[in-house]
Amino acid sequence: MADGPLPGAGAPRPAPDRDPGLQPERTRLAWRRTTLSATAMAVLAGRQLLRSDAPGPVEVILAVLMGLLWAAFVALAHRRMQAMGTGRPPGLPPRTALLLVGCTLALALCGGLILVRPGH
Amino acid sequence: MILAEGLRSAGAAVRLWFSPARVGEEGTTPDYRFSLANERTFLAWLRTGLALVGGGFAVDQFLPRLHEGLRLIFTVVLLVGGALCALRAVNHWVRCERAMRRGEDLPVTRFPTALALGVGVLAVAMVVLVLLGRTD
Repeated sequence: MADGPLPGAGAPRPAPDRDPGLQPERTRLAWRRTTLSATAMAVLAGRQLLRSDAPGPVEVILAVLMGLLWAAFVALAHRRMQAMGTGRPPGLPPRTALLLVGCTLALALCGGLILVRPGH
Repeated sequence: MILAEGLRSAGAAVRLWFSPARVGEEGTTPDYRFSLANERTFLAWLRTGLALVGGGFAVDQFLPRLHEGLRLIFTVVLLVGGALCALRAVNHWVRCERAMRRGEDLPVTRFPTALALGVGVLAVAMVVLVLLGRTD
């Protein structure tokens, strides 16, 4: 073993700035997959809205609401992905987890509201 | 009896979601890699929920020949299932995080079995409907 003088090899060793298991990287990609899923769902929800025969103002309100929910979802995920850039990311803030789930539930609820077609 | 117990544990879970600082005070902080693995599991469950909700929209939009009532049932079941998956995602994440901090075993639940059976029944129902030609 020809160990060269490693930078920072003295005790105590500083935390390595890169995990050999690439856990932050894998977690970041998991977040990216999740935003892609959310986007696909939002597109389907938007298509649902286009096909509905709800009154105009209702459609506009629902469209704005769903757009905001999707934007909040992606913004929260983006902040978390930025935290993944550090060597030892802090734990997932429970508030972020709750807000993401809240966005998902609200989008599902909006979709349910579109289903209610008084004309049919 | 079982219902009251279930309600009590559900109440405790909801309190835990909204006071996550209490989880952070307990036990010792686990290795960050374990927390990240737990986070990825949470995201996988969230994606499952998103996929089910998207599937609900897809059933409503892409099966125009399905009987109106059946289509509504399929759609509502998928939307509710997706919502349950999302709730389960955050609940399971909090419970796993707490178990890791306390050094306990990770919680096991019947939810994956229930979900698999539910999706299986929906798929079989769909195949039977198509085979019987009851899609008009």
